[in-house]
Amino acid sequence: MSRYSIWNIARHAASGHRRWAPAWRSPEAKKRYDVVIIGGGGHGLATAYFLASQHGVTRVAVLEKGYLGGGNSGRNTQIIRSNYFYPESAAFYDRSLKLYERLPRELNFNLMLSQRGVLTLAHSRHDMEANRRWFNSVKLNGVDAKLMSREDIARIAPSLNLDSHYPVLGGFLQPRGGIVRHDALTWALARGADSLGVDLLQQCEVTGIEVEHDRVQAVQTTRGRIATGKLALVAAGHSSILAKMAGFRLPVTSMPLQAMVTEPVKPVLDTVIMSGAVHAYASQSDRGEIVIGGGADMHHSYAQKGSVLTYRINARAILELFPWFSRLKIMRHWAGIVDITPDTTAILGKTPVEGIYINCGWGTGGYKAIPAGGETLAHTIAHDRPHPLVEGFNLERFYTGALIDEGAAAGVAH
Amino acid sequence: MFQIECPYCGARDEREFHFGGEGHLVRPGESVDDESWAQYLYFRDNPKGVHFEQWCHRFGCGTWFNIARDTVTHEILRVYPITDSRPERKSA
Ligand SMILES: Cc1cc2nc3c(=O)[nH]c(=O)nc-3n(C[C@H](O)[C@H](O)[C@H](O)COP(=O)(O)OP(=O)(O)OC[C@H]3O[C@@H](n4cnc5c(N)ncnc54)[C@H](O)[C@@H]3O)c2cc1C
Ligand SMILES: [Zn+2]
Repeated sequence: MSRYSIWNIARHAASGHRRWAPAWRSPEAKKRYDVVIIGGGGHGLATAYFLASQHGVTRVAVLEKGYLGGGNSGRNTQIIRSNYFYPESAAFYDRSLKLYERLPRELNFNLMLSQRGVLTLAHSRHDMEANRRWFNSVKLNGVDAKLMSREDIARIAPSLNLDSHYPVLGGFLQPRGGIVRHDALTWALARGADSLGVDLLQQCEVTGIEVEHDRVQAVQTTRGRIATGKLALVAAGHSSILAKMAGFRLPVTSMPLQAMVTEPVKPVLDTVIMSGAVHAYASQSDRGEIVIGGGADMHHSYAQKGSVLTYRINARAILELFPWFSRLKIMRHWAGIVDITPDTTAILGKTPVEGIYINCGWGTGGYKAIPAGGETLAHTIAHDRPHPLVEGFNLERFYTGALIDEGAAAGVAH
Repeated sequence: MFQIECPYCGARDEREFHFGGEGHLVRPGESVDDESWAQYLYFRDNPKGVHFEQWCHRFGCGTWFNIARDTVTHEILRVYPITDSRPERKSA
């Protein structure tokens, strides 16, 4: 792998930047791998990278039906934070945030990590109380957080309308939260995994999973049969379909989640602003576009396009907070299919089939989880035993009742 | 946005309806094991294709009813009463 550095940029400038090698190979599929990972999104690529870099497991293939990062990992609004309510979630998401702080150097790739702070707004007395409870829990979990008064908010976000239909009374900030460029993350992980010997197979759709005596044998793909002893299902909104191929069901429903960006404007917003009550959030990208998100479409879908109804509801919601956005044109608008679990906590670990592991159920908020999701799944695969950080994220919790009901507690947005 | 044919009021905008999730879930008896109970409570088919689901005409007549809808094209293949049993996949 040729390193990215200012010297290399200068050297390549001499040849007009025409001699850069591709960032990863496009190999032929082998007949057999030690580990096969289905899904070339952030979680699949991170799993491959950590299997190779932390466990020395390099006979690994990542199978992606489209192109790398073409799923939710390339469709999200890039927000990272670790201000979760329950200790299990906080420990996991803070590990992920720490990895985000470390990965740009480790992967030799500028991820455009911007820890600009994530501000959660409170619009009523009840919101204020809930926010304080949430804030206290975040502090107890050892994660950074700051209670914010209305005046504090006016100071850090002067473009926000504090006196809307739902007036802003206060809020709380996670200063280490922020934004990471999503394409950069998938490309960096792909390049890192490839350089350690992982085969990244694009245009390779899994169409069947061979299981014998409750043990995985191989997958059938559009690029032929590939045998393996260990298989990881890392397919977000398409997880139920893969599970069905392997003969089991999941507590997951697939729904579209939309986002939109406006035309670029001068810098006006340098924090991420989220409101559970209004149900919308916004940030400004480096290019000046306002990136806007809100609630998911409320019915099952695999269409990768959201309903105009939800799009309108989300647009109207954000105008409550920023009425002046009404002057901006929307440039792009899209949806990804998110995998929602009943308790909005992910499912990560072993499955009823021997040799099959799963990482799914991140729903509307698993981008921030990618580094730790990959690290813990790699450990789980390498040792055939769950990583301590994700012991509570197992599939059995739906039988035992040990749910981690993060949705209610943290008002999980994204 | 799509239109749904309410059995009572006729075709109306999606915005008037409330989605009620997968239909035809049958509550098992009290003596079932934890696994069957969890399957009933949480585990779902979540198909890519025809899905049998419940909707309520919330901002209308308030009727609950079943529909068979394609989760890829969003085409509504059939609307039928809440008390009907699940149609065979082919006849949907
Ligand atoms: C609009 C939107 C905004 C979001 N905003 C945020 C945010 O701000 N912060 C945050 O933390 N999270 C956010 N999320 C959630 C986040 O994007 C996802 O949780 C995360 O990207 C999931 O990563 P993944 O690798 O599991 O899935 P994906 O990136 O979706 O990767 C799964 C891959 O599997 C492939 N695949 C599926 N079936 C097959 C098959 N049969 N064979 C081969 N390959 C297959 C797909 O093509 C896909 O590339 C958002 C999501 C959306 C849609
Ligand atoms: Zn009606």
